[in-house]
Amino acid sequence: MTQRTHLGVRHLLSAADLDRDAAKAVLDTATEMAAMAGREVKKLPTLRGRTVVNLFYEDSTRTRISFEAAAKRLSADVINFSAKGSSVSKGESLKDTALTLQAMGADAVVIRHSASGAPHRLAQWVDGAVINAGDGMHEHPTQALLDAYTMRSRHGRVEGLKVVIVGDVLHSRVARSNVHLLHTLGAHVTLVAPPTLLPVGVEAWPADVSYDLDAALPTADVVMMLRVQRERMGDSFFPSEREYARRYGLDAHRVRTLPDHGIVMHPGPMNRGMEIAPEVADSARSTIVEQVRNGVSVRMAVLYLMLGGMS
Amino acid sequence: MTDYVIKGARILDGDTADLSIQDGVVVEVGRVAGHGAEVIDADGLVALPGLVDLHTHLREPGREDAETVESGSRAAALGGYTAVCAMANTSPVADTAGVVEQVWRLGREAGLVDVRPVGAVTVGLGGEHLAELGAMADSAARVRMFSDDGFCVSDPRLMRRALEYVKAFDGVIAQHAEEPRLTATSQMHEGVTSARLGMPGWPAVAEEAIIARDVLLAEHVGARLHVCHVSTAGGVEILRWAKRRLAGGPGAVTAEVTPHHLSLTDELVEGYDPVYKVNPPLRTEADVAALRAALVEGVIDAVATDHAPHAVQDKECEWAYARPGMLGLETALSIVIGALLDELGWDGVAERMSRAPARIAGLADHGHDPAPGRPANLTLVDPDAEWTVDPAALASRSRNTPYAGMRLRGRVVATFLYGRPTVLDGKAAR
Repeated sequence: MTQRTHLGVRHLLSAADLDRDAAKAVLDTATEMAAMAGREVKKLPTLRGRTVVNLFYEDSTRTRISFEAAAKRLSADVINFSAKGSSVSKGESLKDTALTLQAMGADAVVIRHSASGAPHRLAQWVDGAVINAGDGMHEHPTQALLDAYTMRSRHGRVEGLKVVIVGDVLHSRVARSNVHLLHTLGAHVTLVAPPTLLPVGVEAWPADVSYDLDAALPTADVVMMLRVQRERMGDSFFPSEREYARRYGLDAHRVRTLPDHGIVMHPGPMNRGMEIAPEVADSARSTIVEQVRNGVSVRMAVLYLMLGGMS
Repeated sequence: MTDYVIKGARILDGDTADLSIQDGVVVEVGRVAGHGAEVIDADGLVALPGLVDLHTHLREPGREDAETVESGSRAAALGGYTAVCAMANTSPVADTAGVVEQVWRLGREAGLVDVRPVGAVTVGLGGEHLAELGAMADSAARVRMFSDDGFCVSDPRLMRRALEYVKAFDGVIAQHAEEPRLTATSQMHEGVTSARLGMPGWPAVAEEAIIARDVLLAEHVGARLHVCHVSTAGGVEILRWAKRRLAGGPGAVTAEVTPHHLSLTDELVEGYDPVYKVNPPLRTEADVAALRAALVEGVIDAVATDHAPHAVQDKECEWAYARPGMLGLETALSIVIGALLDELGWDGVAERMSRAPARIAGLADHGHDPAPGRPANLTLVDPDAEWTVDPAALASRSRNTPYAGMRLRGRVVATFLYGRPTVLDGKAAR
């Protein structure tokens, strides 16, 4: 199967797979999908008879149900295949799982995996479209798409926005996908983190790097806080939660240094009181709940554009 | 009665000559009449001393699904080797006289290459207690090289003791230089590519710090250190400094580089195909250039394959779950001459792939240019022949070559082990 889809890519493994036209097509289509969500009947027949498999090797209820809702609203048949309690927990290899899904005629496989590059491997073994729903420390392209969609719906554009991404960039697939996509869409990204949580080699990314959150906030149109796992403390990435929150947390005082139109984003799940204060997370600037809602529209758009053209 | 006469081979970079072989020894070099002997037409071929590999994983005992002493020996012979040093990370580990003798005997039975076992430095490669190094040295396998390869002897005090102890029997410690605290969870070279691919990095400094520490230890106790698979430009700089510093003293340092670190870079990891997963990892263009220059200069003494066969299921999986290592024996010579024949000449190839490794491993019968009275351990190479690497056609039991589908230059036509052909017309004698 070699035909191109409306996105110009067979698989969505990295946000870098999307050129500007493709990324804009997703955002525009997501806008139409969102409009439909306001209707009484929230379903489109587009993917009737098509099978979408959610293959989740990591627990991620929010991402899985977001993809599930998206596929169902397009009338696809959805199979949820979670690693726990399945053949996978009995030691089945990714390849054998892939061949099984292939034999069952999966048109798309949405994969979440703790190993970076697992979706690339899967794509070698199945004919259907592979959609990366988060692989290790690598990428999470649909998260970046829903983030860009959210920025566009709040600011009316993505091009030219100053976006500050704060926190554990080193381990973050959200940060990697956002840097690629926001660059493609013409936004200006600044990464802010303690030096220990920036990858060696970050200088090659199309983004500025700063260790100083306070310096970055006054000109930010968007500040995106990344989840910081508490376990990182034990690995000496930073001395204590308290010190991290003091230097890199977005608290009620700091958030006031943002321009009036500045918005606060977080991919979830949050550590309230660590990277983000509760009053900030719940403020009018916060788009956190919107991001979740937009996730369904954006994933509908991705499935629609990737599978709709193949029938 | 002469057994074989090799007609018209070019001896390294020199003139063509005939070689007669009798009772395992080169008898004459010059113009030799062939009567009574089996004559091998070597017109257009280059005669080299049989290659010696300091770093081979034969996997037996323990992982005979990936390689056996016999299949690995056959791969070695086809690659032009007459001796290989079999690494100790088998199951059980080669940390006793019993295991090294078993591997040595299996090598003798296969009869395709001299198999010289490397003994583990520490019990079970555990990095805590010295293995019975003397017992392995005194065994039938006469072990002289010791290594925990796959693991670094990271405890500095234990490394010091090992270096000191093996002086009693002219042993050498071959160090896998990797500071483990700096490489925990690492998957590939730490740099621009790992940052983009989202993989935990193996920083160059983890190798360089151990090389620096160990050369100072070797100097302090006047012992022989061999550095396995150097992969970084920084490691080369330290070795250049160390060789000057240790010159004339009792301590000595030698080093090896693999064909893959001379030819491949970390950008190949882009598609997450674990065939490119190896330890130490593939590094950058700048490292490759520094390693090539160091080999030509002699800062790095030898090419060693780090031939590491792995079963299909250990590579056909997620990158993070795959085992590190790649095949090397059947492609090493082609990779080296493809990259560096102009700079090294055939004499340099012989030095780096035969004489130097034979000296380092203490293999008196190997590493000698064809000359009367020398053991007839020889390789005949067609320098102009090209071939395409077909993983399924390799003699190794495994298929994990990073060169699949590539056209390489230089083909081994014949290999002689103690005067008997192990390879003729490019095919294994058995």
